[in-house]
Amino acid sequence: MNILSLFVLIPVLTIIAILFTKDMKQTRIVSAIGMGIQLVVAGLLVYLYLTERNAGNTAAMLFYYDAVWFPTLNIHYTLGVDGISVAMIALTAIVVFAGIFASWMVDFLYREFFISLILLATGVFGFFISLDIFTMFLFYEVAVIPMYLLIGIWGSGPKEYSAMKLTLMLMAGSALLFVGILGIYFYSAPAGGQLTFNLMEIAKHSIPVEMQRFLFPFTFIGFGILGALFPFHTWSPDGHASAPTAVSMLHAGVLMKLGGYGAFRVAMYLMPQAAQEQAWIFLILTGTSVVYGAFGAIAQKDLKYINAYSSVSHCGLVLFAILMMNQTAMNGAIIQMISHGLMTALFFALIGMIYGRTHTRMINEMGGLMKVIPFLGVVYVIAGLASLGLPGLSGFVAEMTIFVGSFQHTDTFHRVATIVATSSIVITAVYILRVVGILLLGPIKDDHFLHLKDAVWYERLSTLTLLLSIAAIGLAPLWLSDMINFSLGPIIQKISGSAIAGIF
Amino acid sequence: MSINDFMTMRHELVLVALVLLVLIVDLNLKKGKKSSIIPISISLFFFHTVIGFLPAQFGSLFGGMYHTDGLTILMKNILNIGVLIIMMQSVNWLNKEENKEKISEFFILLLSTLVGMNFMISSGDFLMLYLGLELATIPMAALAAFTHHQTRSAEAGIKLILSSALSSGILLYGLSMIYGTTGSIYFDTVATHYANTPLQVLAFIFFFTGMAFKISLVPFHLWTADVYEGSPVNVTSYFSVISKGASIFILIMVMFTVFHSIAYLWKDIIYLVAIMTMTIGNLFAIRQKNMKRFLAFSSIAQAGFVLLGIIGGNKIGMTSTVYFVLVYIFSNLGAFGVVSAISAKTGKESMDDYDGLYKTNPMLTLLMMLSVFSLAGIPPVAGFFGKFFLFTSAASGGYYWLIFIAVLNATVSLYYYLLVVKAMFINKNEIPIAYFKSDVITRMGLMVCAIGIFVLGFWSQIYEIINSLTFSIVN
Repeated sequence: MNILSLFVLIPVLTIIAILFTKDMKQTRIVSAIGMGIQLVVAGLLVYLYLTERNAGNTAAMLFYYDAVWFPTLNIHYTLGVDGISVAMIALTAIVVFAGIFASWMVDFLYREFFISLILLATGVFGFFISLDIFTMFLFYEVAVIPMYLLIGIWGSGPKEYSAMKLTLMLMAGSALLFVGILGIYFYSAPAGGQLTFNLMEIAKHSIPVEMQRFLFPFTFIGFGILGALFPFHTWSPDGHASAPTAVSMLHAGVLMKLGGYGAFRVAMYLMPQAAQEQAWIFLILTGTSVVYGAFGAIAQKDLKYINAYSSVSHCGLVLFAILMMNQTAMNGAIIQMISHGLMTALFFALIGMIYGRTHTRMINEMGGLMKVIPFLGVVYVIAGLASLGLPGLSGFVAEMTIFVGSFQHTDTFHRVATIVATSSIVITAVYILRVVGILLLGPIKDDHFLHLKDAVWYERLSTLTLLLSIAAIGLAPLWLSDMINFSLGPIIQKISGSAIAGIF
Repeated sequence: MSINDFMTMRHELVLVALVLLVLIVDLNLKKGKKSSIIPISISLFFFHTVIGFLPAQFGSLFGGMYHTDGLTILMKNILNIGVLIIMMQSVNWLNKEENKEKISEFFILLLSTLVGMNFMISSGDFLMLYLGLELATIPMAALAAFTHHQTRSAEAGIKLILSSALSSGILLYGLSMIYGTTGSIYFDTVATHYANTPLQVLAFIFFFTGMAFKISLVPFHLWTADVYEGSPVNVTSYFSVISKGASIFILIMVMFTVFHSIAYLWKDIIYLVAIMTMTIGNLFAIRQKNMKRFLAFSSIAQAGFVLLGIIGGNKIGMTSTVYFVLVYIFSNLGAFGVVSAISAKTGKESMDDYDGLYKTNPMLTLLMMLSVFSLAGIPPVAGFFGKFFLFTSAASGGYYWLIFIAVLNATVSLYYYLLVVKAMFINKNEIPIAYFKSDVITRMGLMVCAIGIFVLGFWSQIYEIINSLTFSIVN
């Protein structure tokens, strides 16, 4: 059996097993075991992948598997991974694993909670292993819809409003995407040829340029909404702020990456000419995302909102780098996806843990927490430093690569855009340090805080998993970027090889 | 008529026999034991449904007025499955004291309309089509007024019969013009003589209007909400699923085989009607608080989506339409089944009554959630596949903007479907509907829907079977 099918099978089996659990203890143990196995399999996949590559296998997609599903429409169940998807799968497995432990104490409708959470993960895994756009889209929607229940039932604050807003905006995004996908399908082969949803097959043939011009915005914005593209990012702060901890982690950490991943895997890879032509529009939008998100984070007082806006900024940077369309920047974009996924998941986990103790998320109501909960405090500081790009942690590698790559463009437009985006680093430093200063240092503002207990084992496990991954990428980024670089080659070639006179 | 001819009309003849049989059995039952007619009728109909799948005789009768082939048999079988589910779901309601005396009437009327629909699907000329349509409609009005001691139900019956009479009149007027201009009422002769003279175009528009009434496409939908709300729940589900499905079947067949020479014209008409139907159905559905009205308007919107399968005029379109109706039967009956179970036990039909239902009745709630997700087109349930294929067929005709509007409408529909989910899962309620257990047959009826909603999507074989029978627009 193909190892990739396991990534859908294991979560589904875990869900079925959860149905038979009797109490809360069993439920979370089953979930933890299921996702633990998933993490091990993900590690195994990385290992197998690297072994294959070292053995000289140069196929674009490894572990390729293909089965016909709907013969009439030529819909297949096609699996395959390259370095980029392997990296994304590993990220997902880590975040889901940490997410299970971060929601260890969910006691209200716990069975339903873990089922929805794992269903969401199933969608994400399925998306990353698919090579058929139909199944990709299917898994994308599978990942989106449990969000409604997760936020609506277990959320906090204006949860019903946020859940509805998030679901509807993402579904509107998938409406755009839908049109794009159908368009791609009907131009996936030369006239009279067999139409296909297979990504690799479509890439061999080029879609007529006039159709690309029409379909590219649909597809790119469709994915962009999930990647919090300005001005369609407004679901993100509300959604993240209302969601329960593990859901924020998964959503900001992984689900938003579906947007970035899809944007270049589907939109830009299949429609390179249109991407070249229209990139400048989206560069302006994503540049706005980057700076606006960072400023938004400064203005917020709620910890979750701060982190949500910071996610808008960082995910904007992903799309920004992808649109630069050169090897270095795109490499940076993918490392940024992974780095931000881990970082933001860690942040949300910490915020959830702090909130569970102080029962407030307003930074001005807290202070001096470092004295009472040193473990969480220190981890928070490290996560913050990773977020503002301190060398030695993953954030630095990602941002450095992105800005170096972006600056390789010699024309004024790209230079200016890069400089504007770079300014976000400074703004990020402002909001991160400000939060750390108010929240963790200084005098303790409330007597209740004196009796807070520090992290317990499952919280430590959750945070350390993420923290170690961040440090690993920061200290040894080369194996990751090598893995990505190899697979980026053909994509870059396809995108830049078909350059026609750009506007700038 | 030889025995072979009888075999050709097997579906209809067995149904007529069933009607008579139910009538006779009912006469022989003692007063107070009438309720045993329920299992008898259901098991008889179950056998009919099973027999329907046996290899059938194809051919045409009465000089081409009536014909059967693989596709018509398939359509009849799809309707049979739907009716069977409805029968199973109505056990609770039929067993109520007020219905005790007229249980057999329900089955007789239901089966009579089904005979009409079967004739309609098998029709080879406009006369048969019209006869089938009337046979399907008139018992339906009696069904709408089934609980006639309630004013609303009686009102629904009257409204249905009046609007049906009007639409039948319009349809007939169109048919008379078709006959006047082509000299024939047989589908194949009409098709060869059909051109775009003004009178023929007008005839088509009249015909389409008549059909649009039956399918309740906007702007001919005004009767729908009141009739749906006034009728008993199970009758409403029959209207919104079976009756609508049958009309869609016949519409797509006539459009493809008879009016193909003016396809350029009806594609424009359908383009507009589809947009109006989806949008207006959705906008009205948002505001509904009564579950029956809510599902009524949502089913109007669904009919708008179906038109996307017709507009492409291709084989995928027809396959997808039939497939969508099949999926729609299961998803909508799932939703209606829950509404009917709750209404039969508690008499509650408002969306507010569903608040906090998950705590007390988790199984019903889950089925309801699955059904509305399927209606909204959320994977991995079957509705997603149904919608995807419909839109694919429209895309193959190049109607990208129409698809965009449709998918946006699907997003809007998701909003109100989520309102139901929200009520059941999230809203707090001091006194939610207490836990109750429906009887075995009703629960089986609900189970069948749940299984169908899950299986139909993944089981691609079904789509392929349908595809092997359908045809593209005739050129």
